[in-house]
Amino acid sequence: MVEHKTFGFRLFNAANYALFALLGIVCLVPFLIVLGSSFETEQVLKDNGFSLIPQQFTLYAYSTVFQLNTVVQSFLVSISVTLIGTLMAITVTALLAYPLAQKEMKGRGALLAFVLLTMLFNGGIVPWYILISKYLQLKDTLWVLILPYLVNPFNMFVLKSFFETIPKEIGESARIDGAGHLRTFLSIVAPLSMPGLATISLFYALGYWNDWWLSLNFIESDRLVPVQLLLKKMISNLTFISSQIDTSKFIQVPANGVQMATTIISIGPIIAAYPYIQRYFVKGLTIGGIKG
Amino acid sequence: MNRALYYMALPGLLYFFVFCYLPMLGVIIAFKNYNFTDGIFGSPWAGFANFEFFFTSPDLFRVTYNTLFLNGLFITVGTTVAVAIAVLLNEIRSKYGARTFQTVIFFPYFISWIVVSLFLGTFLAYEKGIINKLLTGFGLERVDFMNSPELWPAILVIVYLWKTTGYGVIIYLAAIAGVNPEYYEAARIDGASRLQQILRILLPQLRPTILVLLILAVGRIFYGDFGMIYALVGDNGQLYSTTDVIDTYVFRSMRTLGDMGMTSAVGLYQSFMGLIMVLITNWISKKLSDDNKGVLF
Repeated sequence: MVEHKTFGFRLFNAANYALFALLGIVCLVPFLIVLGSSFETEQVLKDNGFSLIPQQFTLYAYSTVFQLNTVVQSFLVSISVTLIGTLMAITVTALLAYPLAQKEMKGRGALLAFVLLTMLFNGGIVPWYILISKYLQLKDTLWVLILPYLVNPFNMFVLKSFFETIPKEIGESARIDGAGHLRTFLSIVAPLSMPGLATISLFYALGYWNDWWLSLNFIESDRLVPVQLLLKKMISNLTFISSQIDTSKFIQVPANGVQMATTIISIGPIIAAYPYIQRYFVKGLTIGGIKG
Repeated sequence: MNRALYYMALPGLLYFFVFCYLPMLGVIIAFKNYNFTDGIFGSPWAGFANFEFFFTSPDLFRVTYNTLFLNGLFITVGTTVAVAIAVLLNEIRSKYGARTFQTVIFFPYFISWIVVSLFLGTFLAYEKGIINKLLTGFGLERVDFMNSPELWPAILVIVYLWKTTGYGVIIYLAAIAGVNPEYYEAARIDGASRLQQILRILLPQLRPTILVLLILAVGRIFYGDFGMIYALVGDNGQLYSTTDVIDTYVFRSMRTLGDMGMTSAVGLYQSFMGLIMVLITNWISKKLSDDNKGVLF
């Protein structure tokens, strides 16, 4: 192509690369600052504030975090909620999406409307709050961090359109051979839908891991505080963490450092899973994002 | 007819019944003088008193205005920036380069709002914050961000862009990838420049995607992003004048005032306005589409 040679083209390309390099830095810098600060000594943090590159490198904040029961307990809560929640949510969502993807199902239209309506109107948080705390008695249980997010209608519709892309003949031939719908789904449709199921599982896992709305409303007991709510407490009140610990074990708690280190650890699983997240999310968003 | 299909759907349908439809019945709280011991059905009726209280208070205008204004900013600025970045990213011909940039700008989308609030704090803190350190380094005055409500719409837009642009970029890139390459080829043969190709071919091709996303967003314009606003602003009353949205207001009245009736009335007002917006935007999308199908139904 001729246009590659022109000066204007090269200038534009250079400017474009520069712009994206800058955007990339803007996206990563806040994270890198907190990462750098998490390796900084408490004294430097107090005197100078945050730093990209620690002046006095230390792992003290991290070693403290792993000895703080409150923090360790929070991670256990978040990990349990994310694992159990994601597994339950994807199961229930897929089991609902599959029948709704079967065109021959009677009453399908009504059931679709039943789900769609929840996206259009809701009763507001007050009845929802009273239902969960007073009538279902779920306050201060692990279930309250899982059940309210069990089926996301948006995810359900994405999965349904995914199932619809699988040729009908595949399921039909299995049923002619005597397999029921559930068997057909488990042994044939689900394995073929792995990319879709993986995407939606990631959506759910991310939602559970990053959520603090449920815990903010329904968790009062210290032993059920998930990581995000713990961080919220640490941020709104720097003395919170010092108040949580056994002073005979620690002479001085690096409150700022602990806050930074906990933040970094809370992002850890996301970074570890990022290559998968990135790959599946892009796929999932392209299938469902536009169709809605 | 196969029963198994219904059994499979049952747990999911039960979920919607319990967590979505039962609370809808609970909207009667808005017409009651709710107290915890008597519960939803036992509490005495209050007529429209709860609505009267909210509709005559200055809060109604403030929180509605903030919700619409902030969401309006997020939608317009967010869409423009996401489309622009997607178009520019598409111009990066190196596959490896484009992928790397995409990966990096998508990263903030996965960070929780709580962590974002900590990030923001490192920039805005009065004493040790990075911005104030830079300002004092240049011999300028410190800015007291936590007491300057007028700055917060801009701050929230910047943070919103930082966190969510990557998501929009991915969606628009997918739409760009769907454009038939023959269009460009034809344009190039006719001597169209790169800019002309973008303006005359790419953007018109993106129009349907942009419209769908705009319509969905406008349909939700009465819903503030609680997770974002409450994480970033929290209980800092100094900033309520520009940041308090319906959702944060509802949460606060429920938790601190404990006035369930009034709060529920506000929630019902929001749901009602939200429903109207969805119906209007869906109707518009129907009119705009060729096959008379709305975005939602």
